[in-house]
Amino acid sequence: MKSSLQKFKESYFLYSFKRDKVAMASFIAILIFIALAITAPWIAPMNPYDSNNIDIMNSEIAPSWTKGGQADFPLGTDNMGRDMLSTMLYGLRTSIMIGIGAVSLQALIGIFMGLSAGYLGGKTDAILMRIADIQFSFPYLMLAILVGAIFQIVFGISRYEQLAVPLLILIIGFAEWPMYARTIRASVMREKNKEYVEAAKVIGLSKPVIMVRHVLPNSLTSLMVISTIQIANAVMSEAALSFLGLGMPVTMPSLGSLIRSGFDYIFSGSWWITVFPGILLILFVLAINLLGDWLRDVLNPKLYKD
Amino acid sequence: MSTPVLAIDNIVKHFDITGGFLDQIKFKNGKFKLEKTTVKAVNNVSLSIYKGETLSVVGESGCGKSTLARVVLGLYAPSSGQIFYDGKRIDNLSHKQMLPFRKKMQMIFQDPYASLNPRKTVQRTLEEPLRFHNPKMPSIEINNKITEVMEQVGVDPAWAKRFPHEFSGGQRQRISIARGLILDPELIVADEPVSALDVSIQAQILNLLMDTGQKRGLTYLFITHDLSVVQHISTRVAVMYLGTLCEVAESKTLFENPRHPYTRALLSAIPKVGETVAKHIKLKGEVPTPVNLPSGCVFHERCVSANKRCKAEVPKLNTLEDGTQVACHAVEEKRDIA
Repeated sequence: MKSSLQKFKESYFLYSFKRDKVAMASFIAILIFIALAITAPWIAPMNPYDSNNIDIMNSEIAPSWTKGGQADFPLGTDNMGRDMLSTMLYGLRTSIMIGIGAVSLQALIGIFMGLSAGYLGGKTDAILMRIADIQFSFPYLMLAILVGAIFQIVFGISRYEQLAVPLLILIIGFAEWPMYARTIRASVMREKNKEYVEAAKVIGLSKPVIMVRHVLPNSLTSLMVISTIQIANAVMSEAALSFLGLGMPVTMPSLGSLIRSGFDYIFSGSWWITVFPGILLILFVLAINLLGDWLRDVLNPKLYKD
Repeated sequence: MSTPVLAIDNIVKHFDITGGFLDQIKFKNGKFKLEKTTVKAVNNVSLSIYKGETLSVVGESGCGKSTLARVVLGLYAPSSGQIFYDGKRIDNLSHKQMLPFRKKMQMIFQDPYASLNPRKTVQRTLEEPLRFHNPKMPSIEINNKITEVMEQVGVDPAWAKRFPHEFSGGQRQRISIARGLILDPELIVADEPVSALDVSIQAQILNLLMDTGQKRGLTYLFITHDLSVVQHISTRVAVMYLGTLCEVAESKTLFENPRHPYTRALLSAIPKVGETVAKHIKLKGEVPTPVNLPSGCVFHERCVSANKRCKAEVPKLNTLEDGTQVACHAVEEKRDIA
């Protein structure tokens, strides 16, 4: 009898992972990003959320290696005098938090809808999928602008600062759940006609039990692939919203709002405020997408290579 | 004879293959009409299965034999007709009322690669029906039962922690049989249980099915298209063509003296040892589509001894003096069948 750890060590999954340098590199990069995000409060040189640390006289200092740079601020400071490195670490933390939160919400709604639609079929399927189509035909930016604006009016700007993270999770989560619903539905429809499902019916198991215990576990591979890509998408969405000024407030910047705040100064020579968070965002999203790509190749047995 | 374990009475199963509302609108003779396209998979089939016997249903692919099996088990609701188990009607029961009958009727599937959940170990596949039907059964008893059944079907109980993909096709089919046996059923519906297996494994699995059947006094409804298998195992044989029954007879009688023209053609296709010139009865044409059934006898377009009556009138299943039931006008009129 092999332990599950031993089984994992001998699996094709790990074997292919070890041989794929791109997958390994992106996995390590993602681990580093997540570690940085989690430990931000301890490793960042200053706390950018605390206004006591910020001195407006320090604003727009260039990175330390360029002319006019200071050793205290390795990547320079932004227009409000915050240390870029610290602000980016905190921003990455916010971005990842929103990304994972939104994807969890998407998965929750999407799995429920997709599983019911795919397994029950008929009218349930038609109704649920039309809801998904309607949801999909709404540009999420429009939804975000609407909800964000109403929210800011109802609760006021000060409350908005505290509630921005959950609000963004809700907006991005609701905007993209049909992606999950469709993927799950497709793979459930493939699985539900297999004989093991009929065997479960012959035993007498009820529909919800068959759905959750038999069909869902066999649809999880496609779920894993789409989850990685959706996290990247959610982080991008959040950045886009923040760039438009509908996301995280300037006092609690995410990567997107940092890029935006630097955008106004880019022509006055302070390129670093926009460029550094931009590079970080690109690297993070790229790493996730590359890993997702590899995952799709490995988990789809029809694509087995060499 | 006593009351049958399972009696199927005039079962009809039609599948609607029209899509949505818009697909149903048809323009005919200057009028718009709502029309549904249906596949007539099973038409007015009546059968009785008695305790301890093995009734084989044979026919070519697409003749509705698997559909019949699934209707019997309640996987599909019949379009009309009734099903009785031990004299009690079961086709109109709710999910909950059906549960006691589920314990008595189990199924063995065709494809051992699809019939076991790939994410469940053998142990979990086998304990699921037990736990579901006996929620209070202690774990030790469940494990004992699993060990017992696994030994019976010839799979080492030490392999219970393994996943289906670690087994060969024959072993998987044994596990699938174990799942069918674990609730101690009375009737087993076997839907082509050996057609996905190697010939050498086929014999093993058939012997296993017949041995356990004898030991446990099981009744089998055996769906197959393999005539040599049928001859080997069945007590009685039912021949189906295009969703209708042609002939039901004792296995020996059927193979020695087939009555229905279709059965004759079917049996003549079995290759015989020492045969130099093949004496196959060649049928003309193809099997018609079950969407538009031929009028009268469904076989009349291809039958050598068909006449006007066959085209107009649907033949009924008549019992002959030796107990064989045949649905054929030619046999009834004692026409000369080639």
